[in-house]
This record gives sequence, C-alpha cells and structure tokens, in this order.
Amino acid sequence: MLLALKQVTKVFNEGTIDEKVALRSINLTLAPGDFVTIIGSNGAGKSTMMNIISGRLFPDTGSVWINGKDVTSLREHERARYIGRVFQDPLAGTAPNMTIEENLALAYNRTKRRTLKFGVTKKRRDFFREALATLHLGLENRLTAKVGLLSGGERQALSLLMATFTKPDLLLLDEHTAALDPARAELVTELTKEIVEKYKLTTLMVTHNMEQALRLGNRLIMMDQGQIIFEASGNEKQSLTVERLLQEFQRIRGSQFASDRAVLG
Amino acid sequence: MSTAIFSAIESGFIYAIMALGVYLSFRILDFPDLTVDGSFVTGAAVAAVLIVNGTNPFLASAVALLVGFVAGSVTGILHTKGKINPLLSGILMMIALYSINLRIMGRSNVPLLQQDTVMTAMTEAWQKAGLDEAINGIFSFSGFVPRTWAIFVTMALVAIVIKLLLDQLLKTEIGLALRATGDNKQMVSSFSANTDWLTIFGLGLSNALVAFSGALVAQYGGFSDVGMGIGMIVIGLASVIIGEALFGARTIARATLAVIGGAIVYRIILALALRVKFLETGDVKLITAVIVMIALIVPNMIAAQKEKRRKKRKAQERGEHVASA
Ligand SMILES: Nc1ncnc2c1ncn2[C@@H]1O[C@H](COP(=O)(O)OP(=O)(O)O)[C@@H](O)[C@H]1O
Ligand SMILES: [Mg+2]
Repeated sequence: MLLALKQVTKVFNEGTIDEKVALRSINLTLAPGDFVTIIGSNGAGKSTMMNIISGRLFPDTGSVWINGKDVTSLREHERARYIGRVFQDPLAGTAPNMTIEENLALAYNRTKRRTLKFGVTKKRRDFFREALATLHLGLENRLTAKVGLLSGGERQALSLLMATFTKPDLLLLDEHTAALDPARAELVTELTKEIVEKYKLTTLMVTHNMEQALRLGNRLIMMDQGQIIFEASGNEKQSLTVERLLQEFQRIRGSQFASDRAVLG
Repeated sequence: MSTAIFSAIESGFIYAIMALGVYLSFRILDFPDLTVDGSFVTGAAVAAVLIVNGTNPFLASAVALLVGFVAGSVTGILHTKGKINPLLSGILMMIALYSINLRIMGRSNVPLLQQDTVMTAMTEAWQKAGLDEAINGIFSFSGFVPRTWAIFVTMALVAIVIKLLLDQLLKTEIGLALRATGDNKQMVSSFSANTDWLTIFGLGLSNALVAFSGALVAQYGGFSDVGMGIGMIVIGLASVIIGEALFGARTIARATLAVIGGAIVYRIILALALRVKFLETGDVKLITAVIVMIALIVPNMIAAQKEKRRKKRKAQERGEHVASA
C-alpha cells in the first residue's frame, strides 16, 4: 500500500460548544498508481484529511502510513519527502518575492538535503526551462520574473509543476482549480491529467466539480460529516453519472447534497 | 566640516554591518527581532573584555561574532520551540542580555583607549606601508587631510565583503529556503525545509553581524558601555528604510548595497543635525526616531500624491472624451 489511513479521527475544539468532529474513524488505502478523486459537501472533512496526510495536522487517534511506514509522528517537512501538494489558494504554493527559477530551485530540493551550493545553476536552469515549457504558458522565457507578478492561473500551474516535477510518491490536490476562472481551471485540470499520467503519480484530488471527479482518476470517494460514505472504482466508477451520485447521496444520507460551490457538470 | 562628514562615512561603514543583520531579520526572515539592542552590546562587551585581557583584537572580534550568533539563536529557539511571539522573544532576549552584558564586562563601562585594537593595528600597518601619504597625494586637490585613511578603507572593505558574502549565501539552497521562510512559511514546509531550524539559523546569523558590528564600534569609539545598544534596532531600521527609499531594493544585491548606503546617509544626517545649534548629543535618539518617522511617512505620501495626480489626469482625459463626444 502506498498510503493507508487507519481509524483516523480528528476533533476540533474538543470539549467546548464549538466542538466539531471533522473526521470519524476514517479508513482509506491507496495502491501505487491510484488516482482518487474526492467529492463531498462543505465541511465534510476533505481538507482536514489532506492536512492529516501531509502532516500539517495530527490525528487525535489513528495512524497514517506511507510506503508501509508509520509516519503519524513525522512533521510536515519530514513527510514532504514523499508528498507533493497543491493548495486551493494560488498564493499558498509559491514565494511571491522570489523569482520563478528560485521557486523551482526551492521545490527541486524537496527530496534532497539543502547545502551551501547555489540553488540555481546553469544545468538546473536548463532543466527548469524544459519543465516550464510543458505548461505551454511561456513561463520558460520569464525565469527571472518575480512570482508575485504572475496571474492566479500561472501561479497555480507553477505550483503544480513545483509539486510534481520531482516525482513525489503521493500527490495531494485540494480544490486546486476552485479559485480560478473556468478557462484557467480547465487548463490546470488538463495539466494535472497530463502530469499524473506522465509520471504515474499516486494522487488524491479533492474537487467541487462532480463531472471532473467522474472524468478523472480510477477511483472516486464521497465524504460527508467526517466519513467516507460512498466509494466506486474501476468499471463501476466508469459507469457513474452525476445523477447517480446525487441519488446515492440522498439514499445514504436521506437529504439533498448540499454544497454552495458544487458544480454538477 | 569635512572631518565630520568623513567620520560619519567611516562609522557608517561599521554600523552598516549591524544594519545588514537587521535587514536579514526584518526583511529576509520577516521577523521583527529586537534582540539587536542587547546583542550589539554583547559583541562590544565580549571584544572589549578579551582585548583588555590581552587577546588579539582580530580574534576577539571573531569571538564576539560567534557569541552574537548564539544570542540570536536563543531568540530563534524561544520563538520556534517555545512558541513565544517574535516581538516578545526578541524583547525577552534583549532584557536578558542587558544583565549578561554587565556580567561579561564586570562593570558598566570598559575603556579601550590604551589597548591594541583592530583600528590601531590597521592604522599602524598603513602608516608603515606609507599608504596614507599615497592616498592624500591623490586627494591633495581637495585640501582635506584626515588623520588616517586606514579605518575608512578597511571598514568599507569589511562591510562590502560581508554584503557580497550575504548576497551569495542568499542564492544557495539553504539561502533560498531562508528567504522563502520569510516569504511564505507554509509553502517552505511542504518542500521539506525545516522552518524552525531556518529561523534559528537566520536569527543567529543576523545577530552575529550585529555583535560583530558592536565589537568594531567599541574599538572605534575606544570603549564598551552597557547602554551603547539602546535604540540600536531603530538605527538599523533607519538604515534599511532610508537605503531602500534612496537606492531601491529590486534585487538582493541591490538591497544590501542600499542598506550600506542607508547606514552612511543616516550617519551624515545625524552629523548635520548635531551641528544645529539647539540640538545636543542627548537628542540623538529623538533625532533618530524622527528620521525613521520621516523615512516611513514621506515615501507613502509621495506615492499617494502620485496616485492622486494620476487619477485626476485619468478623470480629465475621460472628461475631455465625454466633452468631445
Ligand atoms: N482549524 C480548525 N478549527 C476548528 N474547526 C475546524 C478547523 N478546520 C476545520 N474545521 C472544521 O472541521 C470541519 C471540516 O472542515 P474541512 O476539512 O475544511 O472541510 P472540507 O474541506 O470538506 O470543506 C468543518 O466543520 C470545519 O469548520
Ligand atoms: Mg476544503
């Protein structure tokens, strides 16, 4: 198993009137090469789950395993050796006052010990240029531009590249196209598909777009109130439709799927 | 007059080293570190006591630098491991250092007047080599003859070498992670860098420069005093802000050069201000505070004015369009 969550529970503000059970005894395993899309209503616990996998949050009980190793007590920067991550906020994944090539150099060191050698060398610059060209945004000609000058879509595409060009064992995408306009979102989605296929990355992708969740990946899970309430994979997923998903939700929960941002496709 | 300006520039180079340290914490790490007021004196105290006890002044200055690193690291540990907020971590360390500095010196003031210092050593070496005559020859047209060029030139070189080293450091893999820690902390962790360690290291480095500057200032002024660090952080900030406003900060290399320039300009402004009749030496801190206030407020006002004029122009253009349509 590449990733395993075992009985993971997370409660916020425990013992106060604001107590919120974000995750209830979640079990999830990913085989190498799995591309899992995650949908669910607002507050279902999707982001909390991503944060617990990446080590930004720690579970109250339960454990997180990566490559058969218990990483529950490892901190975020230690787990980052295995994980590439793109956030919803295009500002979150890059350093605005540093140049494109400096950002890439920082990301390049994800799996390597940092030294007092120069971060941007001629050889690496060629490599960065090549990698940037795959985004088809012309960023390869703007290596020394500050990232703060890029548009949201450009920044998100760059974040995606930075998270993936070092081939992480696990890629975590948390609504990484939600803050973009439809055209840019489509572009970043296409890039995501290309990159995941090219490197055969094991991927967990949260999306508010049901049609996208059906179109991408080999597995789909639906979350609600801190639980995984529905799962489909392989042929079953292939034959799913948005209507079927909504029906499933109503059947299991006895209520309408509620998400102000959900795009039904 | 020219002597006053000459010494202003001379001491400007020495204080520039401190300002580079402040630039590193405030600008690169985005950490408002107030340790500076204490660590500056720590550097002075360590160097002074070592020199009085017969240590080679160059070695004494190097030790001061290392002790400054330790002081800054402790502030970093208080913040990252102790989860104390940045301002408070610095203030706590600053207060703690006040007592530590008194302990190091054993009293509140250690004079260095009869001692061999970096400054006397350089001056002697220059005299032996006859360099002063040579330089005075070049500048003979100006009719200005300083007591020696040795300190001016060596301190300029030291400040510039430190600036260049800092520029290079900030381009290394560790340096990039350091900069990103101040720019987007969350993102740095997701690329395997330990922001705790980087903050501790960065603050250590910053205060190493501050303490080194303190050691040199003590040898330049001929004494170490427990009160010599009061308001040092404001002087450092003044240098950074004035420098950035006057010389720009588009790249790191540009910004660090600007900081040196800012430190010198600050010294010159201070020297000129002190020539105003009713101002006295005791007013230095007030003058410093006013300089920083002006340096902070004026650029904003200018920018706001420009923006206003631009808007007005735009409105007029539109108005003319409407009128002609
Ligand atoms: N840091 C936090 N403190 C308190 N409550 C939180 C925190 N983070 C998330 N929550 C709560 O936990 C629940 C799950 O949140 P989240 O995982 O962000 O949902 P999703 O990403 O599925 O929309 C929500 O009710 C949210 O309000
Ligand atoms: Mg979320």
